[in-house]
Amino acid sequence: MIVAEAKPLEEILESLQGMSKVLVVGCGGCVSVCLAGGEKEAGILASTLRMKRELMGDPLETVEETLTRQCDPEYVQQLAKKLEGIDCVLSLACGVGVQFIAEQFPQTWVVPALNTKFAGATIEHGLWEERCGLCGECVLARTGGVCPVIRCAKSLLNGPCGGSQNGKCEVKPNECAWQLIYNRMSELGRLELLLDVAGAKDWSKSRDGGPRKMVREDVTIDG
Amino acid sequence: MAEEKSKLQSLFEQGEFAVTCEIGPPKNAQGDGIRKHTEHLNPFVDAVNLTDNQTAIVRLSSIGAGVHVLAAGGEPIIQMTTRDRNRIALQSDLLGAYSLGVRNVLCLSGDHQSFGNHQGAKNVYDLDSIQLIETVKDMRDAKVFQSGEVIKQGEPRFFIGAVANPFADPFEFRVLRLEKKIRAGAQFIQTQCIFDMERFEAFMDLARKRGLHQQAYIMAGVMPIKSAKAAKYMQKNVSGMLVPDGIVERMSKAEDQPAEGVKLCIEQIKHLRTIPGVRGVHIMAVAWEEIVPEIVKGAGLLPRP
Repeated sequence: MIVAEAKPLEEILESLQGMSKVLVVGCGGCVSVCLAGGEKEAGILASTLRMKRELMGDPLETVEETLTRQCDPEYVQQLAKKLEGIDCVLSLACGVGVQFIAEQFPQTWVVPALNTKFAGATIEHGLWEERCGLCGECVLARTGGVCPVIRCAKSLLNGPCGGSQNGKCEVKPNECAWQLIYNRMSELGRLELLLDVAGAKDWSKSRDGGPRKMVREDVTIDG
Repeated sequence: MAEEKSKLQSLFEQGEFAVTCEIGPPKNAQGDGIRKHTEHLNPFVDAVNLTDNQTAIVRLSSIGAGVHVLAAGGEPIIQMTTRDRNRIALQSDLLGAYSLGVRNVLCLSGDHQSFGNHQGAKNVYDLDSIQLIETVKDMRDAKVFQSGEVIKQGEPRFFIGAVANPFADPFEFRVLRLEKKIRAGAQFIQTQCIFDMERFEAFMDLARKRGLHQQAYIMAGVMPIKSAKAAKYMQKNVSGMLVPDGIVERMSKAEDQPAEGVKLCIEQIKHLRTIPGVRGVHIMAVAWEEIVPEIVKGAGLLPRP
């Protein structure tokens, strides 16, 4: 899932300066699972903002709505009927959701309540870790199911740098991804695979080629 | 035009036990210090490494520093990390460096920017160190850029170096990684500073078993320690460095700690020379460059060829 976390309250307050009625929009997707932007968090944020603004002598009116997903135009359209009299939408979605609202409602000012962090998962309650670098050309078959692109601080593709010690990366407190790869390969009897020199990666398949688009004609409606 | 072939490479080929050292370029735009150091060190070493923004701190560039070394009559080894430049900039700088007379390049991934003075910087790592080695080799031997485009004339013909750290983990993989670097095109290797001699010998043993000492010139890295405090600091805080307690203890007990550090370094070099497959020594006396002549002399490595 996409993991996100709340922006500092001061930053959100600053982005709502001059606004008197705000539509606070939660998202029922990933950010709900990672406890950053679901219905509950939207409710808490709205009431916190109201209290803060009250204390500041500049009361704020909020309307709350949580969509099934903000990354889907069909759901985002449900906001249309809520926008009357609204100065601004505060979205608790990832960056995708914020942009979908902006695209669907060109006349509406929208600001994010979260910082979108990474593609990862819950390790234990209250702990999330990044697992995928979204590089567009998966290397996991060569690395025993551990991603060096995102889990190595240098995205090295040919083994650990000289800063790996006792399983730790020189960038503390990270684990050394290549130690993990080495352990897996050696347990599975595939160490020889690590002797192959991995050539330069084609980063144009990653974000470096600009915003990526994927078309699958077998599932397009007119296709 | 400078000689086509690296002087360092010629010395190795003649069977000399090579001696190199390191100059850390300054945090300013003045090259006179580098030239002065070079003139001072020239009679004692065969080549000088110029670090590339080591520990991710902005300094005069390694190529710029290498040109100062050349001007002062020295033989530069420019370090090139893949932290700050993508494949376009790396290749462009290789062309530039070669055109200015630089003949040796040491390919590294570089210290992570979180150690430096610009911690909010974005690292590049378009290539890793092994892919850079491969790129330098392909430019020279296949006369192609990394993209496969042909270099029609005037290809850079570098003597290619790489680093190896026998003290980082996982230990067994360190030798395989060295082998990968050699397969990719590394011709000479400089190791991380050796303090744990036992581990280095175990590393060389594995390297010899795989025949690596016959495929590249392996230079043992040493560092004179100025004080017990410095030894302790490295022991505790530097990832990928192993400083045995015995060394910290010996330094702590010494009355004259810098002198003890020099003595220790000389002993280490003398011992390293006896290890089969060690073809030279790389002395890393960063911020203590002036001590190098005394060490080289003490280790019986004079006169230089």
